[in-house]
Amino acid sequence: MAIMSIAEALREAIREEMRRDERVFCIGEDIDIEGGFGGAFTVTLGLSKEFGHERILDTPISEIMIAGAAVGAAMTGMIPIADVQYGDFLFCMMDQMANNAAKMTYMSGGSIKVPMVMRAPVGATTRGAQHAQSLEGFFTHIPGLKVICPSTAYDAKGLLKTAIRDENPVVVFEHKLLYGSKGNRAEKSALSPVGEVPEEEYLIPFGVAAVRREGTDITIVATLLMIYRAMEAAAILAKEGISVEIIDPRTLVPFDYETVINSIKKTSRLMIVEEDTRRNGWGAEVAAQIAEDAIYFLDAPVKRVASYDVPVPFAPVMENFVVPSSGRIVEEARKLMKL
Amino acid sequence: MLDKTESKKILGLYEKMFLIRKYEEKIYFLFLEGIMPGTIHQAQGQEATAVGMLFDLRKEDYMTSTHRPAGHCLAKGVSVNSMMAEMFAKRDGCCRGKGGAMHTGDISVGAIPAIAIVGGGMPVAVGIGLSCKMRKTDNVVVCFLGDGATNEGAFHESMNAAAIWNLPVIFACENNLYGASTHISKVTKIKDLAVRADAYGMPWEIVDGNDVIKVNEAASRAVGRARTGAGPTFLELKTYRRSGHSRNDACGYRDKQEEKEWFEKDPLTICRKYILDLEAGSIEDLELIEKKVLEQIENAVEFAKSSPSPQPADALTNVYFEGGI
Repeated sequence: MAIMSIAEALREAIREEMRRDERVFCIGEDIDIEGGFGGAFTVTLGLSKEFGHERILDTPISEIMIAGAAVGAAMTGMIPIADVQYGDFLFCMMDQMANNAAKMTYMSGGSIKVPMVMRAPVGATTRGAQHAQSLEGFFTHIPGLKVICPSTAYDAKGLLKTAIRDENPVVVFEHKLLYGSKGNRAEKSALSPVGEVPEEEYLIPFGVAAVRREGTDITIVATLLMIYRAMEAAAILAKEGISVEIIDPRTLVPFDYETVINSIKKTSRLMIVEEDTRRNGWGAEVAAQIAEDAIYFLDAPVKRVASYDVPVPFAPVMENFVVPSSGRIVEEARKLMKL
Repeated sequence: MLDKTESKKILGLYEKMFLIRKYEEKIYFLFLEGIMPGTIHQAQGQEATAVGMLFDLRKEDYMTSTHRPAGHCLAKGVSVNSMMAEMFAKRDGCCRGKGGAMHTGDISVGAIPAIAIVGGGMPVAVGIGLSCKMRKTDNVVVCFLGDGATNEGAFHESMNAAAIWNLPVIFACENNLYGASTHISKVTKIKDLAVRADAYGMPWEIVDGNDVIKVNEAASRAVGRARTGAGPTFLELKTYRRSGHSRNDACGYRDKQEEKEWFEKDPLTICRKYILDLEAGSIEDLELIEKKVLEQIENAVEFAKSSPSPQPADALTNVYFEGGI
């Protein structure tokens, strides 16, 4: 077992897949310029030493082109791993993602595959509103895309390898405060969790949730940074005699409802915690699906804890207020227990 | 006097153009009869651009198209039967009834299902060019775009990327003067769109897009450069559509004198004149070709009509790749 940060685990996944399959290549802005950053969060740092700049392809600042080029390359025999420096930039390439990546297999009547990966860092990190948004909701709404959110080093490596081998476009949301980026790319107030990553190869299938903590009173479904906030909250609640079960779906499309339903059969209470804004988010979808399929297992209404429906503000005091904190989760959990 | 090979080629060019003209006319009448769902964006008048650009390509070369794809697809070798069946929304359609007129294509002959967002195919063509290069093939991609696409952001990003990476992409800009109803002069200060390529350090040519020989010669130069690693070319093909932008468009925004002048420069008439003047073929040869094409189209209509309709719930398949056809 090696101990790795998420950035290192992602890099290892890319390295192994590029060694395994010469069709795999990386394309993005500043991904491995000499003396540069290795992408905004160091994930691709140094890969050009082994693979050269033809397979670690630094691009102009051209998000439409990056996404479209990934689609074109994927349709014709390559496996691109594209990335944006900040998730917010995905909006620049929305036509390519929503109209071409997501629809090409379908429009062709199933004759074309688009095996591409689009990596995007999300999460509020005192950079203001345009380098902060969590965009999972937008992308889970588009038929034809798969959406994954690794929150540990182990998952980051195993899920990214699965994404690279998937024959469909996969959007990977990674959290800026979880990367564990080092040097001058280190994030203030980052959690930077490190974790054990096996030496031997492994893949993590999509649509299989991980139970991060077992409990009997409340089921919390969360992703990315919110997993860690929920874990902090669960530790506080445990002292008050409230036992929290925490489920990390790991992939939002496809979504593992079975694990969630099995959990609420035990706890009878469901809370969904997401950093994305609340209105029409993936949490709303999970709440609705549970209401349709499993409402009789619940003893209380489903509770959503999400970012408020505002752009992400800059001032730390406001940003901390908007994004769900462990304190807010604790408070809402206490209320939920009284219902 | 042309030699035998040249004569055969020019007759071949005429046949493809005649096929496109008659296919589109047939679609128009079938559409008027109301037996075809959807909408149509037709390519009558733009046959020389499609055929001139694509006639010499290999099956392994690629082509990206636009919302006006029928000519491009026929010229790239998509079967008439499967295109017609797609127009009838049938299961044997080239997209199994899931694409429709604006997404016509067949990747097995290198015709990427048409991308009907203006400019949207350009970055995809960059990726295809990148793929051809990275896989160390000498295949190329012809990327069709209209005059309107030159004002899209995707145009800028794609032109620049193709140029800096020296990709085997040929941008074939069919300047038919109108983006839907808007004349290009209303939305663009320059007269020749091709000069924009200078801004990217990309070679360009301005070509009479209604003269299939001239288009074909320009295509040959551009494809030659692309195949030998000399990079992309931008071709501005000056042309004109004989049809409206889409169905039920009487072209009230077009000057009648302008229409008259362009209609006189009809690509089929120009090609016929070449054939007869250069004695590449006789009137009888042309009639034989025309008869063959008309039969091909009638057969395609029969094929399409007899093809089964998809089942409603077929709509739920192919959202993700299921192993191909």
